[in-house]
Amino acid sequence: MSDALLQAELRTSPHVRGDLTVDKIMRHVVYALLPVCAWAVWQFGLSSLALLVVCTAVCLGTEQVVCRLSGRASTLGDWSVAITGLLLALSLPPGLPLWMAAVASVVAVAIGKSFFGGLGFNVMNPALVGRAFAQAAFTVPMTTWTPSQAAGRFTEFIPSSLTLPFLQPRSIEAWMDRVAPDGFTGATPLALMKFDHIPTDALPMLLGTITGSAGETSALLILLCGLYLVLRKMMDGRVVLAVLGSAFLLSGAFFLWNPDVYPDPVFTLFTGGMMLGAVFMATDMVASPETRWGVWIYGGLIGVLTVIIRLFGALNEGVMYAILLANAASPIIDNLTQPRIYGAVKTAEKKAV
Amino acid sequence: MTAQPKRLDWDTFTEGLWKENPVFVMMLGLCPSMAVSNTAVNSLAMGLASTFVLVGACLLVSLLRKLIPKQVRIASYIIIIATFVTIVDYLIHAISLDLYRALGAFIQLIVVNCVILGRAEAHASKHPPVPAVINAFGMGLGFTVALLAIGSVREILGFGTLFGMSLFGPSFQPWAVFILPPGGFFVLSLWLVLFSFARRRRTRTLEAAHVS
Repeated sequence: MSDALLQAELRTSPHVRGDLTVDKIMRHVVYALLPVCAWAVWQFGLSSLALLVVCTAVCLGTEQVVCRLSGRASTLGDWSVAITGLLLALSLPPGLPLWMAAVASVVAVAIGKSFFGGLGFNVMNPALVGRAFAQAAFTVPMTTWTPSQAAGRFTEFIPSSLTLPFLQPRSIEAWMDRVAPDGFTGATPLALMKFDHIPTDALPMLLGTITGSAGETSALLILLCGLYLVLRKMMDGRVVLAVLGSAFLLSGAFFLWNPDVYPDPVFTLFTGGMMLGAVFMATDMVASPETRWGVWIYGGLIGVLTVIIRLFGALNEGVMYAILLANAASPIIDNLTQPRIYGAVKTAEKKAV
Repeated sequence: MTAQPKRLDWDTFTEGLWKENPVFVMMLGLCPSMAVSNTAVNSLAMGLASTFVLVGACLLVSLLRKLIPKQVRIASYIIIIATFVTIVDYLIHAISLDLYRALGAFIQLIVVNCVILGRAEAHASKHPPVPAVINAFGMGLGFTVALLAIGSVREILGFGTLFGMSLFGPSFQPWAVFILPPGGFFVLSLWLVLFSFARRRRTRTLEAAHVS
């Protein structure tokens, strides 16, 4: 009897663990991103493939260098940096010069993540930090869109992709005349709507045969990939619901109020980075709140901010800034929505007592 | 600090340049270092103007250190500093109107630059004029060097120029973010990373040398 007691192993809770580890979740997020990447390559060809490879490689390289400099064990194995690289590449315009993509990747991993202490400590989604930096630094190349499904996209790069480092993007006018002779304006559905009031049909936006950033075009595919992760319990579906729901409701209200000026809510959901942002970026586990109500508040904040920026801001796309702002607010949201400890007395009752 | 006069040595001068660099080590005077460091010329002008005020104010504070009652010393320092700032303000206005416009209100705001008040309070009011001026000059140079370090990086990346001269030719892609306020924070923080990295490395090598 005493022998058996001596052999008992003492451990602190939790005693029962799931088999979900950080590596595993991150690996499955990468799997879920692969179809989106494949679609991006199908849409924009070699240039977007190069973009994906460069962003991922530079992100991994930066992480390795930072780990070595700070004397920590390499954290490449947890796949999170690969996600950052892929997401960043998917959120960039396909014709962006590759050196700018590399700069954005370095900023994303070094400033967006490592400076805060690595995975688990980043305040904001690293990929979006990189994108925001690129948007602020290279405004014109970051808003230059190229036609999707251009002829010969698998055999040649978009000319601007192969710009030498630190130089302005090479002119794509000759190339544009060749692949889109009938006058491609370079505007995304969002820009068309905002500046010219030209709506786009819902079906192409759902399927993704429109122009835009490399990986944001097919709303349906992104939703399906997200659904896989939600079903595997590797992603918080409530955030996605809250983002899309609040954006739908708010833009719906504006649409009902004045349908001539404001786009319909379906358009809001299926354009720009809304889907990619809601499904893959807003759900960043580190930078989003954890409490029951906090998740809904956080998602709602993103949806509302996006619609407000899109309708009333100077930019035609606001998902990135909305998510970054909500990321920054998430510690406060968490603090304000702490659940009542089981058995604790509510504040009002406490006062009465 | 103790009342006994410190021996005048090289350290009095160099402490402001490296060991106690106002921007990179003490993190003082960050407001002008963020606001007007978008080009090298602006940084240099701002640094030199601050150095002039610093040296002048410290000289006067040091000379008057036995006359100023303790209770009103801060107000007295501010008046002394403001005198020199006014001189600098008129000087820059007279020398270059463009520069005056570029620096804007930040020339007048040298009055509240904590590097200067800090030096007056911590050093000049406790030391005789000669070391006070030498120390102030070192601090001013350190401030100028720090501003130049931030300003040159911002100008090189943000405009592709240095002191207005084009460095990379016309097809250079300017990084607009470095001219904007966030760029100032980025560059300052990267310099700070570099400095603390270098310092930590030196302590490590010193320790290693000590052990072996």
